Amino acid sequence: MKYLDEYRDGPKARDYARRIARLTTRPWAIMEVCGGQTHAIVKFGLDELLPKSITLIHGPGCPVCVTPLEFIDKAIEIASRPGTIFCSFGDMLRVPGSASDLLSVKAGGGDVRIVYSPLDALKIAAQNPSREVVFFAVGFETTAPATAMAAHQAAEQGVKNFSMLVSHVLVPPAMEALLSSPDCRVQGFLAAGHVCAVMGCAEYEPIAAQYRVPIVVTGFEPLDILQGVLMCVRQLEQGRAVVENQYLRVVRPDGNPHARKLIRQVFAVVPRPWRGLGPIPASGLRLRSQYETLDAEKRFGLAARTTAEPAECLSGLVLQGRLKPVECPAFGKACTPEHPLGAPMVSSEGACAAYYRYRPHALAADPAR
Amino acid sequence: MNTGVESSPACPIPIRQYPRVLLAHGGGGTLMHELLEKMFFSAFGKPPAEGRHDSVVLPFPAGRLAFTTDSYVVRPIIFPGGDIGSLAVHGTVNDLAMSGARPLWLSAAFILEEGLPMETLWRVVRSMRDAAGRCGVRIVTGDTKVVDQRHGDGLFINTAGIGVIEHPLVIAPASVRAGDAVLLSGDLGRHGMAIMSVREGLEFQGKIESDSAPVSDLVLQLLAAGLEIHCLRDVTRGGLASALNEIAREARRKITVDSSSIPLREDVHAACELLGLDPLQVACEGRFVAFVPAAAADQALFLMRRHDGGAGAARIGAVEEGDPPLVVLKNDLGASRILDMAGGEQLPRIC
Repeated sequence: MKYLDEYRDGPKARDYARRIARLTTRPWAIMEVCGGQTHAIVKFGLDELLPKSITLIHGPGCPVCVTPLEFIDKAIEIASRPGTIFCSFGDMLRVPGSASDLLSVKAGGGDVRIVYSPLDALKIAAQNPSREVVFFAVGFETTAPATAMAAHQAAEQGVKNFSMLVSHVLVPPAMEALLSSPDCRVQGFLAAGHVCAVMGCAEYEPIAAQYRVPIVVTGFEPLDILQGVLMCVRQLEQGRAVVENQYLRVVRPDGNPHARKLIRQVFAVVPRPWRGLGPIPASGLRLRSQYETLDAEKRFGLAARTTAEPAECLSGLVLQGRLKPVECPAFGKACTPEHPLGAPMVSSEGACAAYYRYRPHALAADPAR
Repeated sequence: MNTGVESSPACPIPIRQYPRVLLAHGGGGTLMHELLEKMFFSAFGKPPAEGRHDSVVLPFPAGRLAFTTDSYVVRPIIFPGGDIGSLAVHGTVNDLAMSGARPLWLSAAFILEEGLPMETLWRVVRSMRDAAGRCGVRIVTGDTKVVDQRHGDGLFINTAGIGVIEHPLVIAPASVRAGDAVLLSGDLGRHGMAIMSVREGLEFQGKIESDSAPVSDLVLQLLAAGLEIHCLRDVTRGGLASALNEIAREARRKITVDSSSIPLREDVHAACELLGLDPLQVACEGRFVAFVPAAAADQALFLMRRHDGGAGAARIGAVEEGDPPLVVLKNDLGASRILDMAGGEQLPRIC
């Protein structure tokens, strides 16, 4: 398929792997930030092509995985209200809350619908004026512009029965949080290309300078990732730490100014707890006061609540890159996609789901890799 | 839209009287009998000379029998490339063909929702009649029930099928041997993506039509050529991934598949990429995998490609000894991964 096959070319991939091996003189640990990249790595076996001295650490870039338990519980509470239509991206439906999940709410008679865009949820609201329609807005800077557009259009069209449960989060503060941890093993980053397509590259420059880590803005296809690793290793070997852009065909240095403006117009930056990572300052988005009527938490008077993760779920360590999914004692045993303990096992960008799907047997037998 | 329905004579139940199905159409009284006479018997053929009875009496054919049943709940009832009626015939005929049986007779049981437009039912019944004609099977017995509005979803169909096995082979997972070649009869994923394309809220550019089709004629031709077939499995729900994993587990063998050899149409591939679906886990309704000795693979492939139903056939992999039994997918990059069954329901009510 055009624009896809050329980035999955076998001989070129092996050529990149050889160039990386020639360049590498000592062990390096590189984190791919985005769960989409993790899936490509595990699906295409890219880590198997790399020299053993390069370790890829899977990052926290799975929006479903880091959405706080509290928000899942709030979503379940709203979706369970009679007459409500609750719209969500499909990935969120099987994410376990404290006691239930959205799929169980649906099975119990709740009107939970999968949408591919927040604008579809707005359309559903316009078609069902007598019912409350709520959109579960999760995701990084990538999906925030679409949520902002839905908020903007809802306000402009005066759609009264539409609201959103907003749990958007921002990537750079999470990278800083990881780098600030005393256990941090990450020496270089492959930044999430699609986040940078919106936000541009500038906000990563202070991080690269302050923590002396190379950051390579990277795409999602096998050759993108291998080229990103090559660029990152080259910087590490040369002792450089700057922001570089591998994903030139998509990411412009200033990102998408229109999308950024829309995000700024609709959302304010707030501190936010991340599932698995804990509270991170200035890492979340909430609706600004002029869009307050669209805030589902306020509309339904949802109170703050305290939640606790199941003790046997080690997804926090997985999200911080401190544990490979297969090293978790629950992996594939107490925790499977059918009976998940944590979100990374069910999200299409979750690291546990990637390992479970593509190499459950091979890695269980060889946890060293 | 090509549903295989021939020129459409008017619905035999007069629209002016009953444009929609009533509860009484399943009540056992005159309305039900009128429905049977005018709709079902006129399409599927008159009852036997000895008269209508609670069961049909059929001659016992020489050979072994294959017997199967399947229920069809696809939503929407009519989709690009087919409808629930043709699907209910093809699906059951194909299940019989997977044992190497010649399909002979089908039953057809309808669960109708009160309010279903009579025109829709007539279209589905005609589509079943035409599909049965193409497959060379007769619909010889049936049942009709009507449920209250909102207690069904238009129309559900169950078909059961009987076929005769006219050869001595045991076509089953237990016959799969290390060294067997794995053949796939055509491109993957069209049925699943055709359904997906017409489901609420999803609009693709261009049209992907279901691959719903009978494969029995192709299988019978392979058998007639004297080919030693070890196992057949139709690629339906769960796609190629489920079909191969089921056989690997039952045969306790390892199956290795080369991803670059798997036929996939570009529009289906693009739609899958867009939606984050693995085309190897998307359903087909007119495709099967065949396990044959490596020495017979070229002949089998030649015969398959010569037939309309196997024009896109390809040799996609091989069977090896192996424990635990699993399916390994090799990619162009030189790496390999496990091809597992999909975890949950990729898309409910697809067939």
